[in-house]
Amino acid sequence: MEVNPHNSMAHGAHADEHAHGHSHDHHGHDHDHDHEDNFWSKYIFSTDHKMIAKQYLNVAIFMGFLAMFMSLIFRMQLAWPDAKLPFLEDVIGKWGKDGKLDPGFYLALVTIHGTIMVFFVLTAGLSGTFSNLLIPLQLGARDMASGFLNALSFWFFALSSIIMLFSLGIETGPASGGWTVYPPLSALPQAIPGSGLGMTLWLVSMVFFIASSLLGSINYISTIINLRTKGMAMTRMPLTIWAFFITAILGVLSFPVLLAAALLLVFDRSFGTSFYLSDIFIDGAPLDHAGGSPILYQHLFWFLGHPEVYIVLLPALGLASEVISVNSRKPIFGYKAMIGSMLVIAFLSFIVWGHHMFVTGMNPFLGSVFVFTTLLVAIPSAVKVFNYITTLWRGNIQFTPQMLFGIGLVSTFITGGLTGIILGDSALDINVHDTYFVVAHFHIVMGSSAIFGMFAGVYHWFPKMYGRLMNKKLGFIHFWLTIIGLYGTFFPMHFLGLAGVPRRYYANTAYDGFANLININHVVTVFAIIGGLAQFIFLFNFYYSIKNGKKSSQNPWKSNTLEWTTPIEHLHGNWPGAIPEVHRWPYDYGKPGAKEDFICQTVPFSETPESNTPHDH
Amino acid sequence: MNILLILAVVFGTLVLVRLANVAALASKLSGENEEAEQESANRWNSIGMIAFLIIGLSVMVYIMNLYLPLTLPKAASEHGEAIDGLMTINWTVLFITFFITQILLFFFAYKYRYNKNRRSFYFHDNNKLEAIWTIIPTIVLAALITTGMSEWNEITKKSASMKGIVIQIYAKQFDFTARYAGKDNKLGSSFFRSITDTNPLGIDSSDAATADDLIAKELVLPKGAEVQLMINSRDVIHSVYLPHFRVQMNAVPGMTTRFAFKPTKTTAEMQKETGNPKFEFIMLCNKICGVAHYNMKMPVRVVEPAEYEEWLKTQSAVFPKEEAAAPAATPAPADSAATSMAK
Repeated sequence: MEVNPHNSMAHGAHADEHAHGHSHDHHGHDHDHDHEDNFWSKYIFSTDHKMIAKQYLNVAIFMGFLAMFMSLIFRMQLAWPDAKLPFLEDVIGKWGKDGKLDPGFYLALVTIHGTIMVFFVLTAGLSGTFSNLLIPLQLGARDMASGFLNALSFWFFALSSIIMLFSLGIETGPASGGWTVYPPLSALPQAIPGSGLGMTLWLVSMVFFIASSLLGSINYISTIINLRTKGMAMTRMPLTIWAFFITAILGVLSFPVLLAAALLLVFDRSFGTSFYLSDIFIDGAPLDHAGGSPILYQHLFWFLGHPEVYIVLLPALGLASEVISVNSRKPIFGYKAMIGSMLVIAFLSFIVWGHHMFVTGMNPFLGSVFVFTTLLVAIPSAVKVFNYITTLWRGNIQFTPQMLFGIGLVSTFITGGLTGIILGDSALDINVHDTYFVVAHFHIVMGSSAIFGMFAGVYHWFPKMYGRLMNKKLGFIHFWLTIIGLYGTFFPMHFLGLAGVPRRYYANTAYDGFANLININHVVTVFAIIGGLAQFIFLFNFYYSIKNGKKSSQNPWKSNTLEWTTPIEHLHGNWPGAIPEVHRWPYDYGKPGAKEDFICQTVPFSETPESNTPHDH
Repeated sequence: MNILLILAVVFGTLVLVRLANVAALASKLSGENEEAEQESANRWNSIGMIAFLIIGLSVMVYIMNLYLPLTLPKAASEHGEAIDGLMTINWTVLFITFFITQILLFFFAYKYRYNKNRRSFYFHDNNKLEAIWTIIPTIVLAALITTGMSEWNEITKKSASMKGIVIQIYAKQFDFTARYAGKDNKLGSSFFRSITDTNPLGIDSSDAATADDLIAKELVLPKGAEVQLMINSRDVIHSVYLPHFRVQMNAVPGMTTRFAFKPTKTTAEMQKETGNPKFEFIMLCNKICGVAHYNMKMPVRVVEPAEYEEWLKTQSAVFPKEEAAAPAATPAPADSAATSMAK
């Protein structure tokens, strides 16, 4: 095969980039020969995308465990509201005096748990780790478009994490108005102690977080558009990259709106403006703020907030697509439909935010519009689910921990997605809005699916990060305990919602009718503890395997994508010689006639006459 | 105690590391090959998949039988019954989809486990299949969207109509107050700057509509009559949530929100229906509003219309004695939240 007409455009477009790549190459070599990296430049202020990915992952694991601890504390409060837990005072000090959790701190825990999980673990942890690791490696680039911006992005993230952690220790407690921090509650320290310094720190932390996210996203987008290797047409990119690409675009378009919302809140809090405040009488005195609307904040917040759901989910779905295809030894079914459905989901995510606000008193007609757009999301989601299932059909499935988590993701995506149809239907939402039904729904569809995608990614690409394999048996135990813990926690929770139990209640003592629900809360908490303990198996496996895991071969999962053509030992610039050229799509698994059940993207069609189809020329 | 705990964790981890090292060494010595190991992993995990499917679905059905009786009883309002009906339709569709997809997912995972003598089926595109699972969900969703929207329109149309007995629900940290509009069915205007210790709602005493307004710390509703809730908050966002009536609307400072509904069962009837002689309706705050959010509530009773009229007579006027008797000559200030919305 000489000139592939399909490719001629890619050839042209990448000619100068190729040259550019070479200059990087020299640079990389100089670097390696001239001096050894010291500790600081290698581990801390690295501009190498692989190291930055690991930095993100490690911070995310730390933050994830912290947020999980918080959830276990408030779960115990909900299950055993009368019990004294003597260890509380040791762990959280004055907020757990005499073993009783302080009701204000309960709200703080709920708030910070949500904030950390949504932003620090599932946004930064997921995109930060895998976009950084995989975009250059799977596209055949020496590094990100800007290594410096990339490092800066991580350091803004680290700073934002430190500020958020710092806010946990202050006198008045951290922000405690729920992770959505609706004003006026979040604007007025008179309304709740957490809206004092704690809220200020929350806002400062989020400003740095948003800056980090934007720097990262811009970098991902420019790398994907500009630094693909020769032959890597957009339609030959692995679905992981497509997912990261769309995610980054969503982030660039929606995070600035959150920044705007946060800044206006800062103005209202500190500079006497009235964007969100009006007609308020609190603490024995009327406030001077007039003319604002708290609902404006909700519109701004959810304009980010809903795309955020997909910023969290799409990378997980991308990782799952790759993992499921590789381990089924079968091409992903409907590659183009998968891209199309991600694009449609991304587009729709910008016009559904109002479904979080059906009972705010907004215009009922507007409510109808949001019902319509929201339920449309189910269509591309259904397409994705059926495509995953069809990928498994007549596959040749290798059960690795990442495959289990991939299948788990599809399962939770279905379960949580279906209850979303109830919540997206405004008439039905009236009675389950802000109840435990919502909590159950989003923990399954967003929380669990995203974290499953992340685990799948970690098990699959751990060899690429650390050159060693994680222990599979521990991985299997981790998966089974996690999925049991998860369904055991969140499935019964739906019934609390259907019984009318509001979320963010310190105790369900307000209404006698809730008394008989305590059994459900016991079950939920016990399973949450099981699921939580299971994560220590992961923690141990992860850090143990970094030093002691079995050494990985170059391509341990027999994958087609480019990252497995790089040497196991990391080096600046990823490939020691020239960057490989790409000749085919990434999903040639189990191709009829082929010598092996996988054909790497770097293998030209001319070398595989036995398996070429008429389509391939 | 803390030090002991830390030591326990540290030594526990060290022991685990040792054990793992020993296990790794042992597996190396026994020469267990990778392929055999993966084969056993495939066997056990694929069995795990089918077991999880069967046991999981069984436990699910068991739990539903156990917990569904604990959920809310049948709706006690007119639109609530319609919502319940709609919910049943939705659940039916969702459960069918849930069972089909989960069964296919876990069954395929079980059935197609790795076999080195077999190749997977190289099957990556089929427009007909893609069309099927685009079009079928579209049709199903079109039905759900239409029924949902028409019910939503019915409910919100009533709130917009301004018909029914007008009752203000006034929220603040951390309680609700109900104000009945009285004979004229009009609420006297109020303004947040007029709030004092003796006038916690900031009601304008000079407004003629105020004279017959009644204040209550309990929400009592007559059975079978349309009720129009006018909802305000003076500090942060609260939410008026009446789960048994399928009613929820936020209380937002600076604006009035509304929800209209018609109770269809008295408290006594509900006690009979649920078989629980202590059953009471409740109004809860359902938007995080501060430290005592979990305690913000108001008792609710539905009674026969005659009993309702009797009860009203026992409620106190907003401004008892001579204040309320003085007829006001001037209309209310235009910036009052209640009047501006009432127009």
